Amino acid sequence: MATLDSLGGGSGSLAPQLRRRHRRNRGMTYLLTLLMAGIGALLIWILSYVAIKGVKAINWGFITDTPPGNPDAAGGGFYNGIIGTFEIVGIATLIALPLGIGCAVYLNQYATGRIAGVLRLVTDVMLGIPTIVTGAFVYALWVVEFGFSGFAGALALALVMVPLIVRATEEMLRLVPGDLKEASLALGVTQSRTIVSVLLPTARAGIITGVMLAVARAMGETAPLLLTALGNDLFVETNPGQRMSTLSLQIFGSATGGFVNAQNRAWAGALLLIAIVLTLTIMARLIARKSAVRR
Amino acid sequence: MSAASHRAETRKAQALHQQRLRFADTAFRWLVAGSATVVLVAFVATAFFLVRKSWPALSHYGVLSFIDSSRWTPSTAVATVSHPNPYGVLQFVYGTVLTSVIAMLLAVPVAVGLALYITDIAPQQLRRPLAYVVDLFAAVPSVVYGFWGIFALLPVLHPIADNLSSWLGGIPVIGGVFAGPFFGPSYFAAGIVLAIMVLPIVTAICREVFAVAPVSEKEAALALGATRWEMLRMSVLKRSTAGIFGASLLGLGRAFGETIAVTMLIGNSVLSITTSIFGQGATMPSVIANEFTEATEPFHLQSLFVVGTLLLIITLIVNVLGKLVVSRISETIA
Repeated sequence: MATLDSLGGGSGSLAPQLRRRHRRNRGMTYLLTLLMAGIGALLIWILSYVAIKGVKAINWGFITDTPPGNPDAAGGGFYNGIIGTFEIVGIATLIALPLGIGCAVYLNQYATGRIAGVLRLVTDVMLGIPTIVTGAFVYALWVVEFGFSGFAGALALALVMVPLIVRATEEMLRLVPGDLKEASLALGVTQSRTIVSVLLPTARAGIITGVMLAVARAMGETAPLLLTALGNDLFVETNPGQRMSTLSLQIFGSATGGFVNAQNRAWAGALLLIAIVLTLTIMARLIARKSAVRR
Repeated sequence: MSAASHRAETRKAQALHQQRLRFADTAFRWLVAGSATVVLVAFVATAFFLVRKSWPALSHYGVLSFIDSSRWTPSTAVATVSHPNPYGVLQFVYGTVLTSVIAMLLAVPVAVGLALYITDIAPQQLRRPLAYVVDLFAAVPSVVYGFWGIFALLPVLHPIADNLSSWLGGIPVIGGVFAGPFFGPSYFAAGIVLAIMVLPIVTAICREVFAVAPVSEKEAALALGATRWEMLRMSVLKRSTAGIFGASLLGLGRAFGETIAVTMLIGNSVLSITTSIFGQGATMPSVIANEFTEATEPFHLQSLFVVGTLLLIITLIVNVLGKLVVSRISETIA
């Protein structure tokens, strides 16, 4: 403790203070470790609660039948909602994917100065628009003219996905080393060819990750679909021009109705939805780790 | 064929090829510029259509009459009467702000703690996985949070709320905030689920803010004999207050717009402002979700669009502010 003594004061006065500081340090470390453990436990609580309730309720009929006409009746399933979710999210992806990637390429490769600033701000701000507002917009734009439909739902979900895809793609394009682009241009390759054959493939894994996360996000959305796809539990609807149900809409409807059997179907639906979304999310992470360019 | 004409042929073919390439280049450029334009137009159209659909109600009742009242009674609306406005929205603004403030009060300290732990305290090889764990909260769909909240969270909150209201309910002034009884669905319950839902975004931004704290300052603090906690306080937390504030704003923007989980947990009472956090209410998104497809009274649907427009304006302001604050810390964040 020679160095401490030389700092002034005897070891008798410094050592207790030092001990206090170390105790405080240890205390905070324990506290934050505990906090992290608590949050991990919370996640496990949420996931396991849904899993346990869902496993009890799920059966083969759940994915092959539509809900019974009487919500209090047992049996039946969310087959129409499962179809609806995949169809609506599929159409939304078809719309959002080219738009999002095109917008990101323009932002990253062509836009300059003020236009770039405005576009970047707009895509960022779009991320923050509440999805229910997006739903209300699509209602005013589309549903007023053509009625509630799966396609209207897909439009709303596409609007939710586009800013996510733009953000992810642009971030990845920014990470592609400038040398690659310059080398390609120096060989006489045109700019569009360079983008399509050099930049986008290099950033591919990151873009796929971003798109998968956007798809996962769209699968879980409920609010905008309430105002656009509306839901339809009477029969299996595959025509996107008609009102359609989705898993999320059916969970919402069945969970809040107050019928035990409907709630059981909703638990099974929640388990299925969470399983799909988590699988997509985790797969997206795994792909990101294999990426050529990484954050 | 002579050598000269052959050369001319080649030159012509090359020129044609060049022309085609240039055309493809220009076409591609227009294509991507077009998609950027569509995105811009979609944004402008969102604002335009919301205002347009709410315009009939706004011009019938007057803009100010909406934020002047906290009674939402569509059944009393009469198409020919414009006063008093049956569509007061103040209680929805109140509900939105109250639930979001409860959420931020809970989520921000936890997020800061988690971010510190993940960036500076956790063992090196655990940092990435732990960050993923927190991110997973963002993957759980809103409707599942609401469902879980009703059945798993409410029974747990019950004794907590009862204790809070019996301890704090008697204190003057703040007592009213904790006045019971607690029935389950409430601002409090919605706020807690919102806290869980905004946790991943606030934690992620805080992590990035803490990560740009200069290593040299951290090392300097340690070299001067600071303990790790002192180093974190002096070199990381102190210079990150603006970043934490920005992260909170971006979290707040999320909380304002969150719909389904809140709708399932807030009780959906649209008639007045309830002071107690254990009371039932409604938020701007929840009233839209609840009444939109059943809006049959005069100016009912248009008034819901007024709520939507107000929600859009408020979230845009909060998000842009948050963005500005955070982007001043570092260009790459958020």
